Amino acid sequence: MPYRIVKRKDLIPGQTVLMVVDAPMIAEKARPGNFVILRVNDHGERIPLTIADRDPAAGTITIVFLVVGKSTALLATLQEGEDILDVCGPLGRPTHIEKRKAVICVGGGTGIAAMHHIAKGHHEAGNRVVAVIGARNKDLLLFCDELGSFCPEVLVATDDGSRGHKGFVTEVLRKRLEEDKDIEEVVAIGPVPMMEAVAKVTKPFGVKTTVSLNSIMVDGIGMCGACRCTVDGHVRFACVDGPEFDGHAVDFQELRMRLGQFRCEEKQSFDQFKARS
Amino acid sequence: MNEKTKTPKKPKTPRTPMPEQPPFVRARNFLEVTLGYAAEQAALEASRCLQCKTPLCRKGCPVEIDIPGFIARLRAGDRDGAYAVLRQTNSLPAVCGRVCPQEVQCEGSCILGKKGEPVAIGRLERYVADSFAAENGCMQLTGQATCSLPREIRVACIGSGPSSLTVAGYLSALGVKVTVFEALHELGGVLIYGIPEFRLPKDVVRREVDAMRALGVEFKTNWVGGRTILVRELLDQGFDAVFIGVGAGLPRFMDIPGESLIGVYSANEYLTRVNLGRAYAFPEYDTPVTRGRHVAVFGGGNVAMDAARTALRLGAESVHIVYRRTKGEMPARREELEHALEEGVKLEILANPLRYNGDENRRLVSVTLERQKLGEPDASGRRSPAPTGETFDLPIDTAIIAIGTRPNPILLESTPELKLSKRGYIEVDPETGETSIPGVYAGGDIVTGAATVISAMGAGRRAARSIAGKFIGEDAVR
Repeated sequence: MPYRIVKRKDLIPGQTVLMVVDAPMIAEKARPGNFVILRVNDHGERIPLTIADRDPAAGTITIVFLVVGKSTALLATLQEGEDILDVCGPLGRPTHIEKRKAVICVGGGTGIAAMHHIAKGHHEAGNRVVAVIGARNKDLLLFCDELGSFCPEVLVATDDGSRGHKGFVTEVLRKRLEEDKDIEEVVAIGPVPMMEAVAKVTKPFGVKTTVSLNSIMVDGIGMCGACRCTVDGHVRFACVDGPEFDGHAVDFQELRMRLGQFRCEEKQSFDQFKARS
Repeated sequence: MNEKTKTPKKPKTPRTPMPEQPPFVRARNFLEVTLGYAAEQAALEASRCLQCKTPLCRKGCPVEIDIPGFIARLRAGDRDGAYAVLRQTNSLPAVCGRVCPQEVQCEGSCILGKKGEPVAIGRLERYVADSFAAENGCMQLTGQATCSLPREIRVACIGSGPSSLTVAGYLSALGVKVTVFEALHELGGVLIYGIPEFRLPKDVVRREVDAMRALGVEFKTNWVGGRTILVRELLDQGFDAVFIGVGAGLPRFMDIPGESLIGVYSANEYLTRVNLGRAYAFPEYDTPVTRGRHVAVFGGGNVAMDAARTALRLGAESVHIVYRRTKGEMPARREELEHALEEGVKLEILANPLRYNGDENRRLVSVTLERQKLGEPDASGRRSPAPTGETFDLPIDTAIIAIGTRPNPILLESTPELKLSKRGYIEVDPETGETSIPGVYAGGDIVTGAATVISAMGAGRRAARSIAGKFIGEDAVR
């Protein structure tokens, strides 16, 4: 079954790509927080990507990815009308969505796209969603309009102050937590240091904090244990126990180290790819 | 004992040795270790069979292959007939000839084994399957649909490992329309991601799968049972029966310090990267794996042997298998252990890991082991190890943990109606393989916990027979 790319857009030229992919079975079943594992060609590796949106009527899912290495660079070369070889999913436990007065969804960089789907889930459950998004500058912000379409507020932080607050999302988050006592949960998706910082900020407020871990995976279906992480002192598998966990219980230092375990191989692969293309 | 008073009744012909790549050559390549019999060797070995009236070998086979029957045809020069006999009960003869633990099954029951060496049944099975396929290409004998069925019968298999392939092979030969749903991108389950190329070439698996395609079996990859498709949806879609053969799952860890250090792998991850991801050909293929210099594998089963021999082939300078009992208690197939030792794998027996030690970058540098001694036999009849308090460090940069698996939760959580055993596996009727959901059957590792390819096939056959009996009629059962 071909997984055809029905729409492709450079969200940030040369860096971040959005693809709408024909995958009716996955679109029907996908819930916020789920991810897919895909493979670009028959020499390719299996890579996990969070589902940023779905359209069951059209039978499509949306993925957004940052070009960081060979596999994502290769994926980015595919054009509208071309097929992705393998798309497997929906994987992972969906986001646990409870009725809340208000929820803050924090997204950083490419994580904003993944956060979007979860924010939408909270919105559909009737929760008031405050979106807090951040990037280095205003040109690197994603999904502002999409989030604005259902979130009463989209708060922005940029490193250079080109839009919104000059500084980090955590500063915006802390201020809001101090002012808004209705916030019952914080969800954070983005780079590991950002999620770790968010968890640190929310801790003194005693607010439930959910983070989505982007561990290295191979099969994504609970077979290999590559994605294991330590949560509350216990080994958990991000692919079947997660990918979302209690941000106050995750060992982020270990996660960072494990994410870097194939850095040399990844660089070798990417360098060779760039030299050829 | 006076030797002269005994009449020597040794078989005249010794067991025909299997041609193999020399250990020093094969330890550095991923080509198949054993090369297979030539026609003359197969004929010679077949001639050793006594053609017992009440063959014990057949009772030793989980899928009850008519062993004297296929050997008799081989002896008569009827190789095609021999293949037909194999296919009557075994959908994957080329696989079984390679990976079955024959020494505890057919060959372990062979009467010749009482005084000498048993007939090399596994090698003959492999010879028949391989030589038949070599001459008949894709047009392998796929069995005959007995008759057109009164109505279309559809069966879904979840997973494409040995148990599901057996169900598919058995039922499609009867004219049942079988659809196999596989979660990964390649078909064959453990035969693809688990067992290495040098022990079971992937082309052999592909050949068996192609033979089933020719019988009309439909295969769908990237379909995760319990996620992309649910069991009850399959029943709602009109499948008459569903067979669950999703295998085992979550690798076990020992819950000791340092297991998340970089360089510590589960055997499943290590083997999946190398076998399914072809990491041995990195960077031609994109999946990476650490090429460890000093490797330790923990465990004593076939998976441990596979991981250790894979590490050697990836260029390791030293590979130790660390096992808490002794060589005699290792559950691995004898041939795998012997092959591993010939290739240069070292054993560190009576040792158990206490902790993995890392450097400042959380990279593995050594493992601390504790010397064990053997105590009283445990429930499995094996003498159980007991700690001595004596510890020592083994410097390693790669650790591969091969101590078994736990049930994969994906399908089980999405199918809460399924009754599970105390250990968390699916409970089935031992006669029929049927689960607590009528029309839903299960077999293989998701029922028994980690076991062998052939026992999964036996379970598949049992389920296929009861499905055939229920939906086609007792006449269809063979």
